[in-house]
Amino acid sequence: MSDTGALLAEMTARLLARICDDATMRAARGGIWQQSAWDAAVEQGLPLALVEGEQGFGVPLEEGLALIGLFGRHALPLPLAETMIGNALLARAGLPVAEGVVALVPDGIALRQDGTGWRAAGTADRIAWGRDATTLVVEDGGRIALVTSDFDVTAQGDNMAGMPRDRIAVDAGADVAASTGVSLLEAGALIRALTMAGALQTLVALTVAHVTERVQFGRALSGFQAVQHSLARLASEAAAASAAADLAADAFVAASPQFGIAIAAARARISDAAGIAIGIAHQLHGAIGFTDEHRLHWFTTALWSWRDEFGSAAWWTRRLGRAALAQSSQAYWPFVTAV
Amino acid sequence: MLQFPSPPRHDAAEQLRGDVRAFLAEAIADRTSLQRAESWNGFDRDFSRALGARGWLGMTWPKRYGGQERSAFERYVVVEETLAAGAPVSAHWIAERQSGPTLLKFGTEAQRAAILPRIAAGDCVFCIGMSEPDSGSDLAAVRTRAEPVPGGWRVTGTKLWTTNAHEADYMMLFCRSAGTPADRHKGTTQLLVDMKATEGVTVRPILDLAGQHHFNEVHFDNAFLPETALIGTEGEGWAQVMSELAFERSGPERFLSSIQLLLELIGALRGSESELAQMTIGRLTAHLLTLRRLSRGVAVLLEAREDASIHAAIVKDLGATFEQDLPEIARTLVDAEPDRQSTRDLLAVLAFTMMSAPSFSLRGGTREILRGIIARGLGVR
Repeated sequence: MSDTGALLAEMTARLLARICDDATMRAARGGIWQQSAWDAAVEQGLPLALVEGEQGFGVPLEEGLALIGLFGRHALPLPLAETMIGNALLARAGLPVAEGVVALVPDGIALRQDGTGWRAAGTADRIAWGRDATTLVVEDGGRIALVTSDFDVTAQGDNMAGMPRDRIAVDAGADVAASTGVSLLEAGALIRALTMAGALQTLVALTVAHVTERVQFGRALSGFQAVQHSLARLASEAAAASAAADLAADAFVAASPQFGIAIAAARARISDAAGIAIGIAHQLHGAIGFTDEHRLHWFTTALWSWRDEFGSAAWWTRRLGRAALAQSSQAYWPFVTAV
Repeated sequence: MLQFPSPPRHDAAEQLRGDVRAFLAEAIADRTSLQRAESWNGFDRDFSRALGARGWLGMTWPKRYGGQERSAFERYVVVEETLAAGAPVSAHWIAERQSGPTLLKFGTEAQRAAILPRIAAGDCVFCIGMSEPDSGSDLAAVRTRAEPVPGGWRVTGTKLWTTNAHEADYMMLFCRSAGTPADRHKGTTQLLVDMKATEGVTVRPILDLAGQHHFNEVHFDNAFLPETALIGTEGEGWAQVMSELAFERSGPERFLSSIQLLLELIGALRGSESELAQMTIGRLTAHLLTLRRLSRGVAVLLEAREDASIHAAIVKDLGATFEQDLPEIARTLVDAEPDRQSTRDLLAVLAFTMMSAPSFSLRGGTREILRGIIARGLGVR
């Protein structure tokens, strides 16, 4: 890891531990925007951490992506990963980076030429923090666009972790450029894969801590073999999720032509991992983990939602299946080793 | 937190992959699907010698022992390509994977010089004498006894589930040289048994549920082993065996046992518009890609000489589950009555894989043992 990257990772870990405190998490889950937490992230320069070249931070891309895993470990209730990857794609396309909070809009908004400029028009649903965004990053027909005015939230909603997911209507002028290989949907899917892998690591840590402390029948729960074996399974699924997310992140960093396959595989595998891991984590926490008071649900509710955002797991899985079934039985193994 | 490192891009390994594929396309062209499904149970000394002649066995070992001093990643490519192709690897498999590395680490100079070049040439079959009638998962309960006598040992006892004992040139014997089973890890020793020249060793076949002969019962009746049979240090057998098992638990063989069935399924469903087929093959492919990623991560750790025993247990546990799920999932995608004699490859491979599957989570450490190792790694045991 580079010196800058190591420093940034350490500073970010410290920042997250500070801003994802109990009060902030509870307020955020009530739909209240956490301005001071956002300001702290901006002050650290995080919105530009994935931007390459002169505009950026000078951190290798893989080290910037690793920060997104840290957001997942804290279930960070801010659209920071969206803003980071949105800025990265804007910069790659030669567009200016965003000033403030970015919302990613991979479909639903049409881009059309209007005289010498471009207009973006349409509606899109389930947009993360649409109500707080100052910039939309929109994609349509192989073009990516920056929209900074004339969009409205027409209906407010949220996901199971209480994170805003809003409907927006747009009819605005837009800065447009050709997309650069990675689609906005794939980029959004990547940040969800990374945050899920991070959140699953926290599920392991929380569950290990709980079964070590909790005493029943005169001994710690961790002394029971049935509990140990469930815990082993939880840790194995978390490891698989991290490996799957890393597979996609490496393909993104390498600008591999197989990135589309890698991200589909990551989303399919992590979805399975999350289902198993959430079940075990809640089972081993017992009733206390099912309460609003306990923090376990910050992570489990987020995982339940994240696995179907930026393309449902079912959609990604079918996409991978179609690609695999386009192979002959002789070509399938080379297809696997190419990723 | 348990980290699996990123496998680095390795150009030499990727170039080697093309060479191995070209070799296999010719060398095993006439193997049927059912034969390919045998995976690492297919036994063919000529094939192993052909691999050895190309320098593809013992690749990471020093040249003075017949090796090539190449990286773990290059060896990994040879292993995964031969397994994915369904090549018959059983005649060199155990020796190359674990007996050779154990001799390299703990063996005497004479043992290494005599045996490692033969393994690298694909010309030496090993079997592993660990399990016993009263010592399966509980390896420390070993009863087979080596009594020190002038010039060596006298060995008495019975080994069980010994794969390839009937073909083997050597056995890596794990036994008790002092104390009683109550002493557990203490007083255990590894000895090298010349299976072709040692008197008092009897091998009896045990057929598996498919009627196949891979494993055996091996009886030692006061068999004499010379002093030169000692591997490593007397009394240190337990530590040596634990180090050996990390080699046994992380490789691509731990998730590729059912690969032939997956290939048959791909062939049968190619281009399918069925959403169920797309969904299911997508899921299996995602799991396969992830397992391969995890397993290659362990290769990075082994190359760096880091302890990978917990990582390896995770790969083996997840891998065995994947391999065992495959025949169950295949049945939901095709209307197929499993039939070992069928002329339709899919049905024959389905039957064969189904009948092999129970062993996947038993051999090389049961699922329960692995989960215990992982739990210990998490600090709760």
